[in-house]
Amino acid sequence: MKMSSVLLNSKSVNQSNAKLKTEAVNLYYGSFQALRNISLEISERAITSIIGPSGCGKSSFLRLFNRMNDLITGARVEGRVEIDAISIYDKTIDVTELRKRVGMVFQKPNPFPMSIFENVAFGPRRHGKKNLGELEDIVERSLHQAALWDEVNDKLSQSALALSGGQQQRLCIARVLAVEPEVILMDEPCSALDPVATLKIEELMRSLAENYTIVIVTHNMQQAARVSDLAAFFMMEEDRAGALVEYGLTSELFTNPKDKRTEDYITGRFG
Amino acid sequence: MAIRTTASRQLSQRAAFGLLSVSAILVVVPVIVIILLFVINGSGAISWEFLTQDPSQAGKAGGIFPAIVGTFFLMLGTIVFALPLGVMAGIYLTEYAKENWLTRSINLAIVNLAGVPSIVYGLFGLGVFVMLFNFGMSLLSASLTLACQALAMTVTTSREAILSVPKEYREGSLAIGVTRWQTIRHLVLPQALPGIITGAVLAMSRAAGETAPILIVGAAFLLPGLPQSPFDQFMALPYHLYTVAAHVPGMPKSTIWGVALVLLAVVLSFNILATIIRLKARRRRLNA
Repeated sequence: MKMSSVLLNSKSVNQSNAKLKTEAVNLYYGSFQALRNISLEISERAITSIIGPSGCGKSSFLRLFNRMNDLITGARVEGRVEIDAISIYDKTIDVTELRKRVGMVFQKPNPFPMSIFENVAFGPRRHGKKNLGELEDIVERSLHQAALWDEVNDKLSQSALALSGGQQQRLCIARVLAVEPEVILMDEPCSALDPVATLKIEELMRSLAENYTIVIVTHNMQQAARVSDLAAFFMMEEDRAGALVEYGLTSELFTNPKDKRTEDYITGRFG
Repeated sequence: MAIRTTASRQLSQRAAFGLLSVSAILVVVPVIVIILLFVINGSGAISWEFLTQDPSQAGKAGGIFPAIVGTFFLMLGTIVFALPLGVMAGIYLTEYAKENWLTRSINLAIVNLAGVPSIVYGLFGLGVFVMLFNFGMSLLSASLTLACQALAMTVTTSREAILSVPKEYREGSLAIGVTRWQTIRHLVLPQALPGIITGAVLAMSRAAGETAPILIVGAAFLLPGLPQSPFDQFMALPYHLYTVAAHVPGMPKSTIWGVALVLLAVVLSFNILATIIRLKARRRRLNA
């Protein structure tokens, strides 16, 4: 991987690789501050994990990048959030176009109550692709990419709800891949899955990282250590606002944390 | 530690259980008695002629065909107006409305809409549709009047049906750049449809049974034939039942029971239809 050589040579993240970037971001839900002064750059075609104790704003941070926080009444963002150096909270930004480029996979697998085929074709169809042959190609390619094709290619017309939890989650990943995003946000994608299914998703993430920028929120530190290239550790401040404590190469952060709080957390002293 | 139950405890248990089960049975008794009574007394009047012929001699002879058809027209007219408006309002209130004074007053209005006595709707219809809009005493005026009354129900059931669609579906769709409206149109509404239809069918069955409002906005006691346009007057089963039972001396008892039985059959069959739709949708959701 070209990325890793760059990363391994520099302790801080190389700025030219930043796909996503936040600058002094504050996030509020009404009068409650959920994130405080977060500045962070997320590298292209790498996996960045966001770790930290419950309630430290990991998911809120993730949802900055596809503006899913917009759905919450009273949510307000200060500071700058960028994709490819474009400010995404600008008035001129089309949120649906942004979300095509920045897909998201959720904690609980949420396949739609329709066939496997229709689940994957849902996005492309809504984005104007009508030709069945073209849709079939997209569905097959996406399911291949999500490492699900071999398990479902003979039952594409069956209900997606009949799949196992791990298969459902890979289907949700395929559904995101079908709209050809550049970034995939994953919000604790394995927390509802058994260890075998979790391992499959992790392998899948590694293979996707060759072409996509992946940001994953996880509770599971072993997972962060296993899959991510970079890791950011978040913690709550006294008023419960989430703040960034430490950010760097995963290998560094886990073996040689600079901050005492990071060390305490990863060695299991709290959290 | 006393693990053994005492006699008094057992007794109060049994008493409570007995009282509750008797109450549950008592609830069903009136329904069964009504149905039995109507079937026993009314079935004698039911014949092919009774169902398919025009009435004669002020309803004492002939059939009730125009009243049956009039009732179906009325149900249809009601739902044509009440369903689209109800569904659209339901979508707005669940998917778009922000929590503010406007939304709160709309919700308050819907609750109160359901509580307004039906005769008041009748007077409203008389003032607005019959006189102001000049639709006259007609099927159209009656349909619009009953639609106003049915709105509370169609909005409420649409809203409930839409709310019951898990928000995870909406998130999953929005997160791949599908617009809000596309999400509603292609994901939420198909899921909510059985609930919406159930509500619509129930609203229709209620419209079939209404007497007071249509009495002053268009129902006729006796008409020689079917209405030819929405601006014609019409006959309807509940109003016909009222007149034959209360206003025609020497009316054969079996005719009164017969009209009541037909009305009951129309209303009950629609309620059963609504139940079937709901059960089927639930089973499909469980099996999916």
